[in-house]
Amino acid sequence: MRATGCLCLAWSLVLSANTLLSQERPQAFVGARIIRIEADEIDSGVLVIEKGKIVAVGAAGEVQIPDGANKVDVAGRVIMPGLVDTHSHIGGSGGLGGADGSGPIQPGVRIYDSINVHDSGFKRAVAGGLTTLNIMPGSGHLISGQTLYAKLRLANPKPKKIDQFFIVDSDGAPMGGLKMANGTNSQHEPPFPGTRGKSAFLVREQYIKAREYQDKIVRAAGDPAKLPPRDLNLEALVEAMRGKRIVHHHTHRHDDIMTVLRLAQEFNLHVVLHHVSDGWKVADEIAAAHVPCSVIVIDSPGGKLEARYARFETGGILEKAGVLTAFHTDDWITDARVFRRSAALAVRAGMSRAGALKALTLAGAEMLGLDKRIGSLAPGKDADFAILENDPLSVYCKTLETWVEGVKVFDRGDPTDYLYAVGGYGAGHDQSPYLCCFDDADTGGAR
Amino acid sequence: MSRSPFRSLVCCFVVATLTCSTASAQVAIRGKTIYTMAGAAIEDGVVVIQDGKITAIGQANQIAVPPAFRVLEAKVVTPGLIDAHSTVGFSGILNHAHDQDQLERSAPIQPELRAIDAYNAQEDLIEWIRSFGVTTIHAGHAPGELMSGQTLVAKTFGKTASAAVIVESRAVAATIGPAAQKSGAKSPGTRGKTMAMLRAELIKAREYREKQQRAAAAGEKGEPPARDLRLETLGRILSGEQPLMITNHRAQDIASALRLAKEFEIKIWLDGASEAYLLIDDIKAAGVPVIVHPTMARAFGEHDNLSFETAAKLVAAGIPVALQSGYEAYVPKTRVVLFEAAVAAGNGLKFEQALRTITIDAAKILGIDARVGSLEVGKDGDVALYDGDPFEYTSHCVGCVIQGRVVSEVVR
Repeated sequence: MRATGCLCLAWSLVLSANTLLSQERPQAFVGARIIRIEADEIDSGVLVIEKGKIVAVGAAGEVQIPDGANKVDVAGRVIMPGLVDTHSHIGGSGGLGGADGSGPIQPGVRIYDSINVHDSGFKRAVAGGLTTLNIMPGSGHLISGQTLYAKLRLANPKPKKIDQFFIVDSDGAPMGGLKMANGTNSQHEPPFPGTRGKSAFLVREQYIKAREYQDKIVRAAGDPAKLPPRDLNLEALVEAMRGKRIVHHHTHRHDDIMTVLRLAQEFNLHVVLHHVSDGWKVADEIAAAHVPCSVIVIDSPGGKLEARYARFETGGILEKAGVLTAFHTDDWITDARVFRRSAALAVRAGMSRAGALKALTLAGAEMLGLDKRIGSLAPGKDADFAILENDPLSVYCKTLETWVEGVKVFDRGDPTDYLYAVGGYGAGHDQSPYLCCFDDADTGGAR
Repeated sequence: MSRSPFRSLVCCFVVATLTCSTASAQVAIRGKTIYTMAGAAIEDGVVVIQDGKITAIGQANQIAVPPAFRVLEAKVVTPGLIDAHSTVGFSGILNHAHDQDQLERSAPIQPELRAIDAYNAQEDLIEWIRSFGVTTIHAGHAPGELMSGQTLVAKTFGKTASAAVIVESRAVAATIGPAAQKSGAKSPGTRGKTMAMLRAELIKAREYREKQQRAAAAGEKGEPPARDLRLETLGRILSGEQPLMITNHRAQDIASALRLAKEFEIKIWLDGASEAYLLIDDIKAAGVPVIVHPTMARAFGEHDNLSFETAAKLVAAGIPVALQSGYEAYVPKTRVVLFEAAVAAGNGLKFEQALRTITIDAAKILGIDARVGSLEVGKDGDVALYDGDPFEYTSHCVGCVIQGRVVSEVVR
């Protein structure tokens, strides 16, 4: 055992050295078409990264390649920022994680206490060019818990704990939002609500309680004798009201969307509307409230009443109304490997190319409050990007490599990575067989 | 129910109206590129459809379009697409108990359930898939029980089931694997029991058939067994008249299906078949076609080893392959087979190979290639029109024609 331990240590030192090397020495990717997002696409560009950050990006000849840089010829390829998925359920092997069936409101529950980092979904996500995920609990509760903003640092060393995916805030805490839902998914038998009116009431009641909790803390002015007992549920709601936690709100129908907007106004919540099947019906109202939308693109309308009017046009209609618009996979609902397709189908139905590409990257970053760090290719930002064959909106596009913070996390040329990219025997191990909405027959009884 | 004279009158009127409007649907479709699926693509071509059938196809400068024909134009023209396995028309858009007719759960073996008695020809999702160029579907009872019922072939247009359907009973749907296993006495709980139950039922049907045959041979004196709709249906499988479509995913279940086909000398179609790439030689030797799962199907449960490249691997081995939209339990309520073929085209299938899996090869497997699947004189005038590569996400389907009738002009 001891010998093995030493070997492992030695090996990890080698790996760390490699990591250091790849991060310390500048690398210049030369000749690709570069999709920067915040500026025009460059036909033949240069991307220079160093120590996990982008140091320069621009047209060939205009960018100074540092001495000693490792030059990589990527002529004929396309480079774009790593995709940001604002709504994912990857990592929940054996279940969605988050709150349990004991009640409809459980904001104190953290999704990162239930994520399996060995879930093969992470491998598939980087194969799709994704680099950042908002991993969420499900929509079966009014408030199902705290979400996690995860960086897919899958290489050198391979992740063993969820901590390796954390993006920490200035206090050193892992960043995430708060998952909420309204409409039919969160309606069940008591103690869950059975109607929309009750759903909204239960949520308002909790936020009012949280406001009073916060007032007590303020009034206590640090006096332990006057402080209320610590309440993890109310704490999370206070964080939401103070803007520290963005509320990611599942909502489909037009009236449910309006309910979220009312709630956001009443409690001063920074809210992102998720799915928004009916968003096209109330686009102007959403725009007037300055609330962003993360849209799901699915192959047909229906599957439930609320998604009856889901359309490929939603992204374009919201864009034209001036709403900040992103897409998400809702992985397992859609597969992260084909995430780019969501943007392409939106373009098919009228969205602008620039808007659709932004909706896969920077817009999502903004919805997570991470747009200063990720979402576009600009100096100073994290070196999170994908090298592609063919245009990202084409069905013939393939992710060749995915990089996170200057480290390659996916290489289509590697046989293992290739297996996860296309599937095949063994590719499905360590996966989540169960989602909220499938019963035994649908999952092949494989819960 | 008594037939009132008034009722007959109404029927006659409806028939007359339909015949009239079909007769007036004379249409020609010009395409920059026409993929006929019967020989090389035609550049600057035209398809002429008269009274619902293709009467001429070729280069536009060599074919005169009769005057007064409506002329449609598109960059790319293909045969109307065929979805080799769908549940559209059975599994409704709302996903509520009352619009879900794809699976009867009262018993594990019910091949006697006819698809035509459950098909909702006006279901909203039919319009949806038609707007992407899908003109023919093979649909019916879904996977999830050992033998869930029969399937049919329908055009994606027609007010009633009888107007839309072109093959009333095509196959019997069976499922091998965990999806058909349940606790309790009625359904099998294991793979071994699954096969024992299927074999027992086919043996019963064989004995019934033998009784029928003996009675027929005895002529007037023969006493045929009492009619049994279930055993009659299975008799059509034993006679080779109808195939058993077996949905399964694990390699071991595919092997069981092949064993069953050999034992009873029946025709089977493998459906789903996520791990088919592990048994290519066996499937090929058995001469069995595969209706491959939707390319983008979710990789969990018994499908967890599925691959984007399965269709490409099977086609390369010379196995007949069709693609499908499959059954969806939640959102999306249906997939679009065009998109599933598109992803297969992005993962190893050449363009025309991928197109074959949703046109002529699907038609051949389903036994409907005399009518549909390619653009040839004498075949149904079923045509899909696109403004670019039909597989590209950003192209649009700009029209859809079924039997000479322009049934969709939405740009989608």
